[in-house]
Amino acid sequence: MKGLASGLAVIRAVLGQPSGLIGAVIFFGHVAIALLAPYIVPYDPALQDVAAMMQGPSALHWFGTDRLGRDMFSRTLLGGREAMLISTLSTIAAMVWGSALGITLAQVGGRTDALVMRAVDAMMSIPWILLVMLFVAVLGTGTASLIPVLGFSYGLSVVYLARAATLDFVARDFVLAAQARGQSRWTIVSRELFPNVRDSLAVQGAMQWSWIFLAVSSLSFLGMGVAPPTPDWGQMISDARGIMQLAPWALIWPMAALSSMVIGMNLLVDAWAKTIGVDRTRRIPEA
Amino acid sequence: MTEAPLLAVSDLTIGLRPQDGPSTPVVDKVSFTLDAGASIGIAGESGSGKSTLLLALMGVVRPGLQHVSGQVDFAGAPLLGRPDEALLGLRGGRLALIPQNAATAMTPTLRIGAQIDESLRLHSTLGTKERAIRVQELLTRVQLPSPAAMARRYPHELSGGQVQRAAIAMALAGDPAVLLMDEPTTGLDVTTQLSLLQLMGDLQRDAGTAIVCVSHDIGVLAKLCQRVMVMYSGALIEVGPTATVLSRPAHRYSRALLASLPRLSQPGLPQSIPGRPPTLIAQPTGCRFAPRCAFADTTCQTRMPALRTAAPDQQVACFHPADGPLETAPDPGARLLSDQSTTVLQAQDLSVSYGQPRGLNLFLRLGTPTRVVEDVSFHLQRGEILGLVGESGSGKSTILRAIAGIHPRSGGAISLAPKGQAIILLDSQMSRRPLPQLRTIQMVFQNPESSLNPRHTILEILAQPLRLYGNLHGTALRQRAADLLADVRLDRDYLDRFPSQLSGGERQRVAIARAFAADPEVLLCDEITTALDVSVQAAVLKLVHDLAHERAVATVFVSHDLAVVRAIADRIAVLSQGKIVEIGPAAEICLRPSQAYTRRLLSAVLEPGIAAE
Repeated sequence: MKGLASGLAVIRAVLGQPSGLIGAVIFFGHVAIALLAPYIVPYDPALQDVAAMMQGPSALHWFGTDRLGRDMFSRTLLGGREAMLISTLSTIAAMVWGSALGITLAQVGGRTDALVMRAVDAMMSIPWILLVMLFVAVLGTGTASLIPVLGFSYGLSVVYLARAATLDFVARDFVLAAQARGQSRWTIVSRELFPNVRDSLAVQGAMQWSWIFLAVSSLSFLGMGVAPPTPDWGQMISDARGIMQLAPWALIWPMAALSSMVIGMNLLVDAWAKTIGVDRTRRIPEA
Repeated sequence: MTEAPLLAVSDLTIGLRPQDGPSTPVVDKVSFTLDAGASIGIAGESGSGKSTLLLALMGVVRPGLQHVSGQVDFAGAPLLGRPDEALLGLRGGRLALIPQNAATAMTPTLRIGAQIDESLRLHSTLGTKERAIRVQELLTRVQLPSPAAMARRYPHELSGGQVQRAAIAMALAGDPAVLLMDEPTTGLDVTTQLSLLQLMGDLQRDAGTAIVCVSHDIGVLAKLCQRVMVMYSGALIEVGPTATVLSRPAHRYSRALLASLPRLSQPGLPQSIPGRPPTLIAQPTGCRFAPRCAFADTTCQTRMPALRTAAPDQQVACFHPADGPLETAPDPGARLLSDQSTTVLQAQDLSVSYGQPRGLNLFLRLGTPTRVVEDVSFHLQRGEILGLVGESGSGKSTILRAIAGIHPRSGGAISLAPKGQAIILLDSQMSRRPLPQLRTIQMVFQNPESSLNPRHTILEILAQPLRLYGNLHGTALRQRAADLLADVRLDRDYLDRFPSQLSGGERQRVAIARAFAADPEVLLCDEITTALDVSVQAAVLKLVHDLAHERAVATVFVSHDLAVVRAIADRIAVLSQGKIVEIGPAAEICLRPSQAYTRRLLSAVLEPGIAAE
């Protein structure tokens, strides 16, 4: 009951800030559209109409059509679904393994910590896009190969964050007290440390989501992400590059959708972080 | 008084900057004056507004607060409400502040000499060469050894006492008329504190500098100041000559505060003050102290008493001021141990070192460990409280940590004799001790802010040991937790609160309750009252004392404060440089010390009631 009341208070405080309200409207608007799109789109997004190629917005095609005569309205509405799903699953994967390893390393310390962190450093030095290409070459494109590779490469930075946030608490006496009591390492990590870094990790997770979303769109743009015929904003932008002058609407709609999504998420996360007292520059929650 | 006073505070009110509605006063209608060369001390517990008042004397109002009314006049000119630029020449010059912790107040990247030189450059017209000479003079004046070498050092290369001396030298650089001091000796060893206070006393006499000193330590004020003001909840409640206020306090709060001070000359526990000070949100309408005062009547609850003369030169804001000297509590007499013969813990030739060489260094015989505890032996009886005292670096906390196994010992043995069991030799490291042994030895840490998980409710904090050792769950666990809170005199509705919603004293009670949740046989207390106000300290001391004796728990009580140890301990061990100098019954050690070191330590303890020189 208490948790519910404080949760409601946080939501109220987030929506009370202009950035929070605007961000929430944009972000949840996108989520609602993504969920409802299959029921409201007027055309099959893959349906090519040779008679109506590169047409401007009209009563028939509200957002116009692309170079294959596909309906831009339907494609834009449906274009975020796959990327959102991939981002969500990859974020969960990244957060779970990244925080578990980061918190544990901070608590274990010593040589193990130093060794593992250098390994993480080494992997961080490889550009993620190369890693993705490698994976895609081996596993082929598609959701099933994107989720593990994005979850892995974005989890590396979570290790850093979780470890740094936890280091602030491992030196406190309550951790020492738990050790002196004889609590297991798992209890110390999950009961003593995790609740203290939960907020900063949650904020980080939300930011990760928007970064991964951008990454998925970039991959689709490069032809390594969401595979046709499933519509995707990145893929649509790539598709419309050649006809930019002839049919700018084919480019503008997916770009507007993609950027508003990321901006909305960022505004929302900022307002949320401010409300729950996570300073994103210091990344340490105030007790 | 014909001449105008140097510093005059008139009806000063500083309040919280309100979100909406009227401002709540943090300093409430305070008036006093300070003549050139005089000294005044401001006493009060945390939240009394004493630090806010001190800053206002420099014309500073902290962010979040606002100047409501009244004024501070320095040499006839007002300080508050003037732009900062107008006060630049005064601050650090004629009005100088000695900060509480000079080690953090000084710039770590500049040499001591350069920092003093900066002050001279701002507040004098001396040339480069003259300034260099002046820096040496100032460092000599604060009695730092080899001033030329000191000027070239960085703050971290000096000891705590030396940095504090350097900070005084810096304050003196501007040739101040008034020295403002905020807890100038807090955190320093007693012997260092004494020599610093003597230095400040000398400086004041020689240069005729006026002093305003804020301290929670009434002993410091007694040593340094001619007059003392007592503040409570933002209001000035009593002012008078130090000797009078400390020996014949008139305000009921002053009396209670002084009675809560542990004293070397007085056996037994000090008396605590019931209740807690009003918060800024819920201030009583009448006298602020009325809810906690045994003498309060309806007048006290409805009207705020004004300062009026109680004795010549002594003013008090109380409707029922006390008369006569402070009563001393009766001597409880030596307590007989219930179970005299049973030794529960024994340390034999205990040694602890830091920096033990490991791995390749051990192989190459590189690096020598620093021994911080050397061949210490003592035993603990059931229900006995053993006090460990010593200056910083004497190894007192390290001994506690070695007993708990937090810091492994390098030599010697620790044996434990749990109830109804054979004697066990304890492993050096806690991670290798079995759970029942860990349960037997419990520790309470210095700072409850750090030892209680901020994200756990009090119930969750107490549930950890109850689940681990007692396998309690559900309503049984909640009931046991509530009982534990009752043992430490806290209400059961604290169970659902978070540590941040509790006062410092309440948090330390929770930490004590957590230790007792394990039903221990040995309790280790590491400076557990250091972070607390004296009146709260008195209550915590009584709690530990009573619980230890009722439950027959052998307790090791570490403190740097001899008077505190004297109040609570049955036996005292005096430590110096990792060795036990002297061990014996508390009264014996305090009244008839056999070692020179103990005598030196005892003579450095500041007892309020000794008049200012």
